[in-house]
Amino acid sequence: MLTPANRIFTNLQGQQDWRMKEAKARGDWDNTKKLLQKGPENIIQEITTSGLRGRGGAGFPTGKKWSFMPKVEEGRPHYLIINADESEPGTCKDRDLLRYEPHKLIEGSLLAGMAVGAHVGYIYIRGEFHRETEILEAAIAEAYKAGYLGKNACKSGVDFDLYVHRGAGAYICGEETALIESLEGRKGMPRLKPPFPANIGLYGCPTIINNVETLAAVPTILRRGGAWFASLGTPGNAGTKIFCLSGHVNTPCVVEEEMGIPLKELIEAHGGGIRGGWKKLQAVIPGGSSVPLIPKDICETVRMDFTSLCDVKSALGTGGVIVMDTSTDIVRAIARLSKFYMIESCGQCTPCREGTGWMWRMLTRLAEGIGTPHDIDQLESVTHAIEGHTICALGEAAAWPIQGLIRHFRGEMEGRL
Amino acid sequence: MPKITIDAQQVDVPEGITVLQAVEAAGIEVPVFCYHPKLSIAGNCRMCLVELEGCPKPIASCAMPVSPGMAIRTNTPMVQKSRQSNLEFLLINHPLDCPICDQAGECDLQDITVAYGGDASRYDLNKRAVPNLDLGPLIETSMNRCIQCTRCVRFATEIAGDSELGALGRGEDMAIGTALHHAITSELSGNMIDICPVGALTSKPYSAHARSWELTHTPSIDVLDGVGSAIRIDTRGLEVMRILPRQNDAVNEDWISDKTRFFYDGLKYQRLDTPYVRGKNGELTPASWDQAFKAIAKRLKGVPGDRIAALAGNLVDAESMVALKDLMEALGSPHLDCRQDGAQSAGARCSYLFNTTIQGIERADVCLLIGTNPRWEAPLINARLRKTYVASGLPVFRMGPVHDLGYPVEELGNDPTLLEKILKGRHPFAETLKAAKKPMMILGQDVLRRKDSQALLSLARDIAEKYGFIQSAPCWNGFNVLHTVASRVGGLDLGFVPGPQGWDTSHILQAAAHKKLEVVYLLGVDEIDMQPFKGTFVIYQGHHGDRGAHGADVILPGAACTEKSGTYVNTEGRVQRTFKAVFPPGQAKEDWKIIRALSETLGVPLPYNTLAQVRARLVAVNPLFDETDTVQRAAWEPFGEKGDILPEPFKPIIDNFYMTDPISRHSLIMAKCTGRDHG
Repeated sequence: MLTPANRIFTNLQGQQDWRMKEAKARGDWDNTKKLLQKGPENIIQEITTSGLRGRGGAGFPTGKKWSFMPKVEEGRPHYLIINADESEPGTCKDRDLLRYEPHKLIEGSLLAGMAVGAHVGYIYIRGEFHRETEILEAAIAEAYKAGYLGKNACKSGVDFDLYVHRGAGAYICGEETALIESLEGRKGMPRLKPPFPANIGLYGCPTIINNVETLAAVPTILRRGGAWFASLGTPGNAGTKIFCLSGHVNTPCVVEEEMGIPLKELIEAHGGGIRGGWKKLQAVIPGGSSVPLIPKDICETVRMDFTSLCDVKSALGTGGVIVMDTSTDIVRAIARLSKFYMIESCGQCTPCREGTGWMWRMLTRLAEGIGTPHDIDQLESVTHAIEGHTICALGEAAAWPIQGLIRHFRGEMEGRL
Repeated sequence: MPKITIDAQQVDVPEGITVLQAVEAAGIEVPVFCYHPKLSIAGNCRMCLVELEGCPKPIASCAMPVSPGMAIRTNTPMVQKSRQSNLEFLLINHPLDCPICDQAGECDLQDITVAYGGDASRYDLNKRAVPNLDLGPLIETSMNRCIQCTRCVRFATEIAGDSELGALGRGEDMAIGTALHHAITSELSGNMIDICPVGALTSKPYSAHARSWELTHTPSIDVLDGVGSAIRIDTRGLEVMRILPRQNDAVNEDWISDKTRFFYDGLKYQRLDTPYVRGKNGELTPASWDQAFKAIAKRLKGVPGDRIAALAGNLVDAESMVALKDLMEALGSPHLDCRQDGAQSAGARCSYLFNTTIQGIERADVCLLIGTNPRWEAPLINARLRKTYVASGLPVFRMGPVHDLGYPVEELGNDPTLLEKILKGRHPFAETLKAAKKPMMILGQDVLRRKDSQALLSLARDIAEKYGFIQSAPCWNGFNVLHTVASRVGGLDLGFVPGPQGWDTSHILQAAAHKKLEVVYLLGVDEIDMQPFKGTFVIYQGHHGDRGAHGADVILPGAACTEKSGTYVNTEGRVQRTFKAVFPPGQAKEDWKIIRALSETLGVPLPYNTLAQVRARLVAVNPLFDETDTVQRAAWEPFGEKGDILPEPFKPIIDNFYMTDPISRHSLIMAKCTGRDHG
């Protein structure tokens, strides 16, 4: 359990105001100049020491990502992009950060921008987040007014501008290269990698893209030291993480917890337990809609971190915990997710364009009890034909939930045929 | 040179190439749909996936650059499985209508499925239906067959320069289309048919006319403009069924213009298939070859050489021109001209060639267009200019009529006198030229048709010399004349121009009007005012009943470009050969043979009986004709005469791209294109 002293996001539930005055009282913008004066290398080193991993879903070490940026500007500007296009079903952590802790994000963006040599940052915010955009823009205006952004930000000699760009409502624009395409004014379709954005990103320039939660944690890590952050959590899974509990829990919530907290403890302590008691639990999707579900027996013991969930063939993802009790028609539930991925596929590459619809149609048929046991094998083989063959990870995201379903609920599926 | 391993075989590969290129260079086939060597990399078909050692997922070889030590495997179970499953995905929504599809037999999807696909589909659900598009008179669509490779979209955006097509919609509903349902207007649009790997975009005129395996392929050269694009003529029996490009990176790369591709139906209409002689009642009546020749011999009898003239038209091959030249010499006439438009190009070879060469355009860093619209006069040269603009941002400046070229052009103003200012350094453009390392200029035919053409040539030459258009080491010649007709450079090279005291086109017309001319021999001449020839005995030799034939007294039916083996020299000075794909209709004959036969009747037999002998004669006239398919650079020699520049602006020389010669004027397809753009 995370002690209140180790909590980073102290206003996550919106107990206090988001504005500059209260944010400063919570410790934001406290001598940011000193942090900036540490210099890029020290900041990157500190973040590397902290073991912070990207909070957008893939969990790539943030310090390592920043270190990929060219050390000096070679005629091309560097860009920082803040990915606030939170669209993963079951996930609502960035939204609360944008609402209640915008200054943490802005300060983190400034620090990250300095560390990677970017003088401009773009916050790509999900189009549906209308109120959040208003708050974010107001907070940025406050920061400009206070001299924390713009020319000579925080009187540190660093120039840094921050712009907000609203998306138009495509899930795929949360994928970093699709986001860049969209930001450039084109249709949001993922780019081929390599080249990676750190080399050729926005407008062909070196670009770093980080999730809101990742950047919002940066100021606190730099203030309290990477070693402090690394001391939390489990090895390889340092620090704290925001979890979003939804579904059949008594008190759905967004909560910051230590990495590696047992899922059962998370649900019992913060979610107020399963509706009707733990025995009613059927399955949990532990990291947003794109990860394979885990059935009750695994939920008993599994810890919420990257490695533990990977060991049970699921993933931490965004930390969006979707709890489903025994009243859920699990096949229909996954079929609904499958439909989401079919609709959100950008249509660019073959396996995802053609495969997502095929999977959804087969799964719908299976949910209705039409078909043969052979269909389940066929569906599974289609998921494997998509997985790993696509340009971006949406192929995996569409395939994994179905693989999880077949892995753990094959009996249920066969039972209704 | 990075060393990489491909299927356990060690290879050295050049730096900067992709894995796909390396694998293909090693002689291993990789199936692809979206990849095209001349287009940007999309990586969306996922067909070219190969295994990279140390990488858990297969990689898209078309998009992955090689790096030293890479170990690539192309034949593992993982690769085979990914190819098979990918094909299954492509086929679930692809109609199995190969028996009625025009692409069948030359379809990438068909071939690759046979080679790499599974034996049956497991898909038992409904297929997607996509509405077809109306893209105009040239492209037939069957969008159910589309596999969304986006080659056509990339072609339109990158090569043609018009973003006329796009991938609309997302996911399963992603479909190729024009946002506002308009026709494709690019003059290069037919190439989309070629690059479409399936039967989604097919040729509308060729639609359901033939199966690909019934066709005989003849490699040839396009003669409808001065570029000399490499083409393949596909025939069935006596009919030309379609025309496709052949790859020639020095000239047309993989592309041809729509006129080149679709003019062929004009070969079927208004053909001259028998000789005609104008009878006593003034009407043209069919005759035998013998009667026609005798009628000519009768009229020529006793006519002195200087009252006879000959003109050669735009589609004429060098063989028939040399034969006609020899005949005129034998008849004692010095009045010859191959420039029916009155252009004053002649003399030093460097003064009438596209010296930079088409491939050389890619090295230029400034281009000045003078009185030319390359988009209509030579679409493939315009495509090369655009390619250079896209690759290196080539700045293009223009002095001449304004026309959209598909890339940004800076207007200097349509005023020829500006050239004098530029020469004297009194124009801002002079600074641009001074800073340029490899400048080039392109002079259009209108420059040479003007009264002040020699003064303009001289001025252009002075500018070229002053601003470094001519460099010796490394060799660079930025002085270019753009010819719009196929026969011109060949005619000039073999000297089909007025001899001593000879008349050029305008003087021949004047002489005819003043009754100083008794007989004129028009070899495929159709772009000329026939009025002055009212009192002249006109011999017309050609293949279409066009302007020239209407005013003729004797018509000798010749062969069109697809019906004879001929030599043409393109605007760069590249000697190229066409090959006979079909026989001329009716009694029509190959042109040089007609002239040879006529010379016999006239009692001045020409000394050659076979094509090889005519070609030997060509080489004797100019040794340049000995070497085909290469450009022989011209030495920088004096040309032009100093004089006053007239302030009149340059004029466009083509008002309808689709109808510039007797064949395309009689093509229904070209008429439809004309209707699309001008109707």
